[in-house]
Amino acid sequence: MLKTAGIGFLAAALVPAPAFAAGIGGAIEPVIYELMVFVMAIFVGYYVVWSVTPALHTPLMSVTNAISSVIVVGALLAVAVEHGGLDSFANFDGSLASKIFGLFALAMVAVNIFGAFLVTQRMLSMYKKKGDKR
Amino acid sequence: MLTPNLVALLYLAAGVLFILALRGLSSPATSRRGNYSGMLGMAIAMGTTLAIANPQIPLTWYLIAGGLGVGGLIGAVTARRIPMTMMPELVAAFHSLVGLAAVFVAAAALYAPDSFGIGERGAIHFASLIEMSLGVAIGAITFTGSVIAFLKLSGRMSGKPIILPLRHVINLALFGLLVWLIYTFCLSGGAGWLFWAIALTAMLFGVLIIIPIGGADMPVVISMLNSYSGWAAAGIGFTLSNIALIVTGALVGSSGAILSYIMCKGMNRSFISVILGGFGGEVAGPAGGAEQKPVKLGSAEDAAYVMKNASRVIIVPGYGMAVAQAQHALREMADALKKAGVEVKYAIHPVAGRMPGHMNVLLAEANVPYDEVFELEDINSEMPQADVVYVIGANDVVNPAAETDKTSPIYGMPVLQAWKAGTVLFNKRSLASGYAGIDNPLFYNDNTVMVLGDAKKMTEEIVKALAH
Repeated sequence: MLKTAGIGFLAAALVPAPAFAAGIGGAIEPVIYELMVFVMAIFVGYYVVWSVTPALHTPLMSVTNAISSVIVVGALLAVAVEHGGLDSFANFDGSLASKIFGLFALAMVAVNIFGAFLVTQRMLSMYKKKGDKR
Repeated sequence: MLTPNLVALLYLAAGVLFILALRGLSSPATSRRGNYSGMLGMAIAMGTTLAIANPQIPLTWYLIAGGLGVGGLIGAVTARRIPMTMMPELVAAFHSLVGLAAVFVAAAALYAPDSFGIGERGAIHFASLIEMSLGVAIGAITFTGSVIAFLKLSGRMSGKPIILPLRHVINLALFGLLVWLIYTFCLSGGAGWLFWAIALTAMLFGVLIIIPIGGADMPVVISMLNSYSGWAAAGIGFTLSNIALIVTGALVGSSGAILSYIMCKGMNRSFISVILGGFGGEVAGPAGGAEQKPVKLGSAEDAAYVMKNASRVIIVPGYGMAVAQAQHALREMADALKKAGVEVKYAIHPVAGRMPGHMNVLLAEANVPYDEVFELEDINSEMPQADVVYVIGANDVVNPAAETDKTSPIYGMPVLQAWKAGTVLFNKRSLASGYAGIDNPLFYNDNTVMVLGDAKKMTEEIVKALAH
């Protein structure tokens, strides 16, 4: 389902798929679309990060840390893995393992989401200009 | 019910909000709004995921609430309590969590591939296996590497580089093994034992590449691990075909890489030489002859007198200030000087402290306005006009040998030209050399007065003397 979600959007946004596919003689693997986004995002990151003032490099590290915890989407999907109710856990089909790994990942990433965003907030609130209220 | 198109657009929105979060950091004025957009992006990503996962069993909801609640509470309490001097180790600890989470998410996808749309157990798509194995390998390296960095930064482990015999051979062999394991894993269709072999090998590799790196190179290490955590997230993003995760991974990866580059340049060291490690410890340096040369010693009263009668003072803080927690005393000193009509500015070297921007945060914590704090390239031209430079807890970053002595190990490193000022007040605990083990000729200059003592105590005494 997720796979189709990612591809569906990209195909719709980037190209009228049949025309594009015809143009280069075949369908394009979804991973290629993802790679396009990835490469573009690296360039965006490059320019955005160079524009960050050196005085804010520590908050930059903590905020990048906070947003990298968006890996939480993987953890949530893993915790939510259900194969036809609790009974299926008895005959081990991997969904229990997935759930447990997901739970560990979720708890760890939750530390990060709350910790990193809040500590960034705390740091940024300390940066004051001359004459600002203390 | 969300359509697949809407889901993809929501993840895209989260990615865009994360870009705005970084963009906000271009100035302190916009940074707080940036941080809020980051939080909003995270909320959208999580809400969307919960909507499509749509768990049916109540137990699942309890688990999600429990995991988020316990982790969130720990995170929130830590964020409130952590002293700013401990930011480097906190960031290292957070990196390790992202790394380990990447490993666990990959494991979850391995055991229930159909739920993630990447194939069946034992017959996972080839492309997904490549993405998954890269994600888990980089994640595992990030995890153990960050744990070692955390131990070194928090002083639980010596900051000295640990040099194993034949370490380059061992590392190369481990790397080869890792590549072979990934190759075999991808061909196997997703064998469990190969997955864990990759994870364990990568963890060992992570330990071995960080232990030989000395405490002084930590700003580079911590930026590098920041970058790795991003690439690991991107690897998992490809596995899950999740745009938000791919975009974030790319942002974080390039951010960490740029910071590593800036730190290396600030030390005039190549990235390769930092990675190969061994700096700070084995370099003996020509420090032996140091004690014979005459230095001028001064008291807190002398320092106060000189600064009070100056019209322009530049303060150069270093890691020693952070260790001594002298930032609040320093700001009091600056306030007292400003009251006496002295203009006070702060000069920050890019690698001062243990992580990028560390000094700026500490000064901000002590209520120093950020428009009084200047970067190296902006303030060096003002050094000749300064009557006094007060160096507190810094050493190598004001070493003139970096510009004049071609034999010096730090030759070519950009430094703050403190020696061009009328008088240099040098606060240090002793006449010992800095981390690089290099003698500092600035100690023996005619216009240098050494104010020996603990940074905090000495600064407090200067404040007292200024009051008279």
